[in-house]
Amino acid sequence: MMTAIALLAGLALIFGLLLGYASVRFKVEGDPVVDQIDAILPQQQCGKCGYPGCRPYAEAIANGEAEINLCPPGGEAGMLALANLLDREPKQLSVEHSVEPAKMVAVIEEKICIGCTLCIQACPVDAILGGPKLMHTVIAKECTGCELCVAPCPVDCIKMIPVPQAVTTWKWPYPIYKLSVITE
Amino acid sequence: MKLWQFHGGLKLNGHKSLSSESQITPANIPPLLVLPLLQHIGEPTEAVVKVGDKVLKGQVIGHCREKDCSFLMSTPIHASSSGTVVAIENCPVPHPSGLTAPCIVIETDGEDKWIERTPIADYSTLSPTQLLYHIAKAGIVGLGGAGFPAHIKLSSKSIETLIINGAECEPYITCDDRLMREYPHDIIAGAQIISHVLGGTQRCVIAVENNKPEAYQALSEAAEGQLEVVLVPTRYPTGGERQLIQILTGKEVGRTELPAARGIVVHNVITARAVYRAVQYGRPLVSRVMTVTGKGVEKPQNLEVRFGTLMRFLIDQCGRGKARIERLIMGGPMMGFALPNEEFPIIKTTNCLIVSPADEIEKTPEPMPCIRCGACAQVCPVNLLPQQLYWYAKAKDFNKAQDYHIFDCIDCGCCAHVCPSHIPLVSYYRYAKAEIRASSQEHKQAEIAKQRHEFRTFRLERNKNERKEKLQKMKETSNASKEAAIKAALERTKAKKEQVASNEQK
Ligand code: SF4
Ligand code: SF4
Ligand code: SF4
Ligand code: SF4
Repeated sequence: MMTAIALLAGLALIFGLLLGYASVRFKVEGDPVVDQIDAILPQQQCGKCGYPGCRPYAEAIANGEAEINLCPPGGEAGMLALANLLDREPKQLSVEHSVEPAKMVAVIEEKICIGCTLCIQACPVDAILGGPKLMHTVIAKECTGCELCVAPCPVDCIKMIPVPQAVTTWKWPYPIYKLSVITE
Repeated sequence: MKLWQFHGGLKLNGHKSLSSESQITPANIPPLLVLPLLQHIGEPTEAVVKVGDKVLKGQVIGHCREKDCSFLMSTPIHASSSGTVVAIENCPVPHPSGLTAPCIVIETDGEDKWIERTPIADYSTLSPTQLLYHIAKAGIVGLGGAGFPAHIKLSSKSIETLIINGAECEPYITCDDRLMREYPHDIIAGAQIISHVLGGTQRCVIAVENNKPEAYQALSEAAEGQLEVVLVPTRYPTGGERQLIQILTGKEVGRTELPAARGIVVHNVITARAVYRAVQYGRPLVSRVMTVTGKGVEKPQNLEVRFGTLMRFLIDQCGRGKARIERLIMGGPMMGFALPNEEFPIIKTTNCLIVSPADEIEKTPEPMPCIRCGACAQVCPVNLLPQQLYWYAKAKDFNKAQDYHIFDCIDCGCCAHVCPSHIPLVSYYRYAKAEIRASSQEHKQAEIAKQRHEFRTFRLERNKNERKEKLQKMKETSNASKEAAIKAALERTKAKKEQVASNEQK
């Protein structure tokens, strides 16, 4: 009897220590769900989802405060990926969120720019270069196409243009052909 | 020598005799040369000439972003004849997209005057690194069709086997065949130089398909037993890099792996000759031997063509047939692609043009649903399940397509060739591969955007804190000085009072 109790107590102690060690050794940093959601979001930081950037939206989804169909740049593919990850019902992108725009890039009409720096303050990824009273320019490679710099410009000199197609970025299209119908 | 076999493959009707029996002829100098700044896999070059500049044949006109190309996935572009640069602008380039890309346009002066060249008298006195530098400067890329910069493959370490690929398995193409028959010594010498650059390989094999007995004969005689010349069975796609490796060594190299990791390097016979000419004569890559064939030309043949020559000009030289050209294919009928017109330049990777009038084109019946017959899986040289790949690519289920190893597919077209339902299978694989590549690129870009956004948030936060601190300090200092002033004033009044008091006492 005593040995049995001692044995069980001993086992309990060993497993307890093991579990304790494991929780220290394999500690997960941060909130993995938020990270996983954030990894799916397109990182445009455009705010079209109604949150001030992708991470806040990811947090809102993780907390169950937000639907998964609010990010237009992510499009249907993004929504499906979220549904898959979170095991939620796929939901059509709501009407105001459903326009999945072509990838755009901002261009500053450099002759008109008065160097007010307002666009720099608006750009979420620091993709605009320039100083006070100096002409500003967009680093096209870093621009996410979020459009946030367009509205603040007092002289309306920022335009969004579709990213030009190049041989190096061209993709093979989806093959389209008619299946022939077998008639009897 | 023991040979292995790869799975599947096809016996195809070669159509090679159309062009294989006439000698290689030099192509005429065209009035205009259109030279794209990107003619290889990798980074584009930058123009180093201006509009109005006079250029000589062999002069560098497009250069990599650094002075020494030998470490970059890029290689220079040279003027292919002498003349004047008349434009640097976007022109149509031979690419399945049909898009334009930056090109240098040269109006030739007809003199074809060379720039001064630097031949190497005895290459064996140079170290592999010095030779590699020399070859990288010559702008040589894989001329079998892929356009991989040659110096990248040549800088591989601890290579045991060098394979020179003279299989040329695709129908219609005969440029490698003609070259092996007419210039076997150049190819052998090129192979020896490549072997030297690789640090002296143990084995050097030249593989020729057994439907080219003359080429085999010529090479064997030229080799004089110094390296192996091997006949391999005629079967499409024997000329595929990985298939040829499998036949000669029995090793299967996965798609994610480079053959160099297994101690093997493969170069095409034309590439070997280009290396030889770059070393022996200091001649950069300005032209190549290619096939112009099909019933749309009166004299199908092989020509040595300057890069930048427009296809229209070349077809005229080969005798334009009477019938209207209905289809123009660059590359072979299995792996090549159709071009919408003739206004494209010949580039480094153009190995063949097939010019066809209407009566040469077999009408492909309309596709029907897959009947799961499995014929495609039987012929796939890399042992894939094409019908599954098709299913997932069509459904845009790219994860599943990757599970079925879509990136191992070499686009050889065997599966589509045998499919009784005539499904354009390869189009689906190309589509799926392009989508997967693009989305991984997008992912990388998103990651960068995320980091930049995080840094910005951090920067704003930091600036805010700094401003706050400054304000705090200013407040503190001003408070302190105020207190000090009050204290001083109090002390002064106190002192005054004391003085007054002491005066009164007196
Ligand atoms: S809508 Fe814009 S900010 Fe919101 S998650 Fe999508 S990309 Fe990010
Ligand atoms: S907001 Fe407009 S005017 Fe001001 S710096 Fe930016 S581009 Fe120039
Ligand atoms: S050959 Fe064509 S029909 Fe047969 S299984 Fe393959 S894809 Fe389907
Ligand atoms: S195209 Fe791809 S799937 Fe089809 S047979 Fe060739 S390697 Fe196999």
